[in-house]
Parts: sequence; structure tokens; C-alpha cells
Amino acid sequence: MAASGTDSLYKLRHRPPSDKLVDTGFRNLVMILALMVALILLGIFLVVGGQAWQAMQAFGINFVFSSTWDPVRDVYGAFTAIYGTLLTSLLALVFAVPLGVGTAIFLTEDFIGARVRSVISNMVELLAAIPSVVLGLWAIFVLEPFIRPVLQFIHNVLGWIPFFSTNPSGPGVMPAVLILTVMLLPIITAISRDSLNQVPGDLRQAAYGVGATRWTAIMKVMIPAAISGIIGGIMLALGRAMGETMAVTMIIGNQTTFNISWFAPGNTIASLIANQFGEAGDLQMSALMYAAFVLMIITFFVNVLAQWIVKRLALKYD
Amino acid sequence: MTSSSVNNPDLLFKPGLLRNQGNRLLTSIACLFAVIAIIPLIAVIAYVLFKGFAFLRPAMFFELPPVPGQDMGGGIGNAFVGTFIVTGLSCLFAIPIGVGGGIYLSEYGGNNRFSEFIRFGTNVLAGVPSIIAGVFIYGLIVSSRILFGSTFSAVAGGLALAVLMLPTIIKTTDEGLKLVPQELRWGALGVGASKFVTTAKVVVPSAIAPIATGVVLGIARSAGETAPLIFTAFFSPYWPDGLLEPMATMSVMIFNYAIMPYEAQVQLAWAASFVLVVMILTMNLLARWISSFAQR
Repeated sequence: MAASGTDSLYKLRHRPPSDKLVDTGFRNLVMILALMVALILLGIFLVVGGQAWQAMQAFGINFVFSSTWDPVRDVYGAFTAIYGTLLTSLLALVFAVPLGVGTAIFLTEDFIGARVRSVISNMVELLAAIPSVVLGLWAIFVLEPFIRPVLQFIHNVLGWIPFFSTNPSGPGVMPAVLILTVMLLPIITAISRDSLNQVPGDLRQAAYGVGATRWTAIMKVMIPAAISGIIGGIMLALGRAMGETMAVTMIIGNQTTFNISWFAPGNTIASLIANQFGEAGDLQMSALMYAAFVLMIITFFVNVLAQWIVKRLALKYD
Repeated sequence: MTSSSVNNPDLLFKPGLLRNQGNRLLTSIACLFAVIAIIPLIAVIAYVLFKGFAFLRPAMFFELPPVPGQDMGGGIGNAFVGTFIVTGLSCLFAIPIGVGGGIYLSEYGGNNRFSEFIRFGTNVLAGVPSIIAGVFIYGLIVSSRILFGSTFSAVAGGLALAVLMLPTIIKTTDEGLKLVPQELRWGALGVGASKFVTTAKVVVPSAIAPIATGVVLGIARSAGETAPLIFTAFFSPYWPDGLLEPMATMSVMIFNYAIMPYEAQVQLAWAASFVLVVMILTMNLLARWISSFAQR
């Protein structure tokens, strides 16, 4: 089409076929690799759901509300484990949120020198990396013996309240809650600290300018401005707590019968699976997969809710 | 004029005012919370490091664990080697998929629906409890004996860990590549490089620090994971015997031995904890060191 004199120039503008082949080939390759994420998620859903099918047919929705877990008669219900999962993670949040957010405020205000603060900050981040099995070991040999007298005292004074009605003796729900708290603290502290740090300094100065005290500024300006990140971090921690397996399995006592007391041994979905999977029979294995499926659904909703909250509550200061 | 306003009693700080008392109260509560939060954190590290180090002997790295309840001594050699093998296998699976997927998201997908869906999926995968990854690989590979008829194997363990590493690597790759200035891409395309050459020779190398940070953090996380391994790589008291055989890892060893009533096993659990924690903290420091290059 082009004039013959510029023909060679136009030819230069076309890539050789080998280049095109490599280009499209690479594009398709990385696209397939990205697709792997979706395939893995689908695979998890199908495999866990498929293995749970037998138990789903046998027990139906009743599985969630029945607290019978009887491998001898082959009757299974996961209420104890589901209750344990929700109870331990929510109680751990009750302890970890004030401590974590309080520490985050402490680290973002100038109560102490910047150097000390950055040391503490870095330590908190490194602690998030400690494997949960190591925390479990620590809980068995250090934490549980250490807090047992405290729990004993609470039991002696407030034993008439059903939640404290058992004599604390070794593994139980409360030590599990405390070790979960230790695991959640770094997550909540780090995320809250980052969110507070991202609040523009102008906001704080404006608050001081109109005569707010330090804590009025924190409570009325800084925290509301950072709330999306803080709540997102809390939800993330909640998801982590519900799925946490090792530390909890090692210290909760793994009791499949229901007990209202927080000082008695208990169970969570994850610890039930970790504990019984090895020697489970046919239907029992399927029931454990059903429990895993329930856990997956719960954590899925918590995580999606967390993402939604972060997007929804995020205030824009640009 | 000025002196009178300075001396104006209404403008002086009055410590007795309710708001100032409340201020002090809240400040002391925040300090108290920070102290309460930091004490257990320091206690864990100090306890594991001191107690673990006390039980550690150099010969432990070359010895097998003793028979439970029979003799003292023994070592963590098989678990130490096994942790490297299983974690290495998980890198083999997770790094290509993670880096490739991240390249797609940042360089090809942009903000189209498919890549937004994959980003959402990555976030969901990051929230999947580690034990679910374990039962997934158990159902997929171990119970189906799909891998040459083997049941519990190091490969299955590596795959389970890869599921957990993958989201970290994809996210950091995606975000690292997005930080590369657009001008670099335009420049490369302008001098005639193809899209592949631009990506492989210009964009990815200039984002190598954040990508490496993500990979190291992913490895550090997966090296300490236990829950996905107890039904996949399982445990073995012997030296590693092939990738399709059960393999000991330090994390599973800690779990198995911590609840045993024998002193020898408990000591090994503490020693293994020390080694594992030192390895993981080192990798985290390494990741920080690498990411300090990214900020230059």
C-alpha cells in the first residue's frame, strides 16, 4: 500500500512472528497463573464440600445445632465446636481490642521518645511472626501454670456464675482465650498504628487549634478518621482467631461434650479437626470435613465483611 | 497589652479542670495498656530463646529423635532437614504462580473485571484458615493417592504450604509492580522493546526488592506453619526418605512432642522452637533489609 521508498521503514514497524508468539504466549501464561488462584479457591470449596457430602446428607442442618459428638454410635453434631470457636475468638477480641488499640495510640502519640517507640513498634511486628505452635508450647508450660492461681481465685469468689463454675485444672477455654489474645495483639496493634499514622497531621493541628485537649483530639478526630482501618484490622484478627489451630489445640483440652464454664476444657472447629482427623472413621471424617466447611463459610463472611468495611468507612482526605 | 493577656487567669493551664484530669487519666490508661500488651510479647520471645537455647546442643542437628519414653538425648536432625525440604517444595509451587499472577494483575489485567475478581480471590485465599489448606490437600492428594499411590508425603505438605504462601506473594508482586513509574514502561516500549521484554527486562527487575520481600515473608510464614502439615507431610522419626514419603518438620515435631509426658521429647520441642524462631526472625529481618532497598 505504502510507496515503495518507505516500504522498508514500515516493515520495521512490524514485530517478527517470534516476538508476537513470545508476547502472547507470556500473556496467556501469566493469565493462567493468575487463574490458579480462582481454581484453588474453587478446589478448596469442592473438595471440602464433596468430602463433607456424606455427613451433610446424614445430619443436615441439625449438625450445627446438635452438641452430640459420639464416634461410637456414629452420631455427630458440631455445636460445641462452633460455640467454642465463636466464644474463644470473641473473648480474645474483648481483651485484645482495648489493649491493641491502646498500644497503637500510645505508639502514635508523643508520650515517649520516637526511638523507644520505633523499637517497640518493630518488636510488635516481629512478634506477629512467631509460629503459633511455639506459642502453644509456651502456653502449656508457662502461661497456663502462671494464670491458674488467678483463675482459681476468680472461681472461688465468683464460682456461682455459670461461666466460672468449674475448678480450673490445666487446659481449658480460658488459657486458650489468653494465648489467642497474645496472637491477636500484634495484628491489631500494627494495623491500628498504621491507620492512625495515615491520618493527616492537619486534622490533629486543627483540633488542637480550636482548643481540644490531646484526648479529645484522639477520641473525636484521630480515631474516627482512622476507624475504617482499625475495624478492618479487628475483623482480620477475628478471622485469624477463628481459624487458629495449633496454639488452641494444644491448650484448650479438646473436650467434645458441651460445658458452659470458661474454665473447663473445650473445643473449637479447628482443634476438633486437628485432634480427630488422624484416627477418624468414614462418617466421622466426613463430619470433620462438614465442620471444616462451616468454618470456611464463617471465616469467608468475616473476611469479606472486613474488606467491605474498609472500603465503606474509609474517609477520603485528598 | 501582651503581658495582660498572658496574665489573664482565663488563659492559664488549670490542672484541676475536669478535662485536664480526664486527659491525665486516659494517658495513664494508654500507658498501662501498652505495658500489659508488651509484657507477654517480650515474655514469649525471652522464654523461647533462653529455655530453647539451654536445651540446644550442636550435635542435635545430626541426630534422630529418641524413642519416646526410652532414652534421653537425641536430636532434631530429621525435622531440621525436613523443614527445609518441605518449605523449599512450597516455594517451587508458590513462587512461579505468585509472581506470574502478580505480573498479570499489574501489567496485563489492570483494573478489568477478571483481575478485580482475582484480587478479591487473593484476599479470600489469604483469609482461609491454615487447617483448611491442610484438609483440602488431604482430600485432593493424600486420600486419593493421586501422586503415584503415595499417601502422606513431603510433596503434599509443600502443596499445602504453597496454598498459604500464594496470596502473600501475589499481593506484594502486584503492589510492587504498580510502584514502578509508568515512564519506564513507555521508555522501553518507545525504544522498540516488546511487551514481554519490557516486563521481563525493565519492569520486574526494577521491582525486584518488593517482590523479594514478599517471597521472604511468605517463606517465613510457611516455615512456621503446622496445621496444614499434620495431615499432609505428617511426621516421621527417621531421616527423609524421598519426596513421596512422610517427612518430619520442626513445627510438627514441636506439636507432637510438646504434649508427650517424656522429658527428652519436651526438651527437643523447646530446642526445635528455638531453632524455628531464630530462623523465622532472621528471615523477617532479611525481608526488612531487602525492602529498605526498595525505598531508596
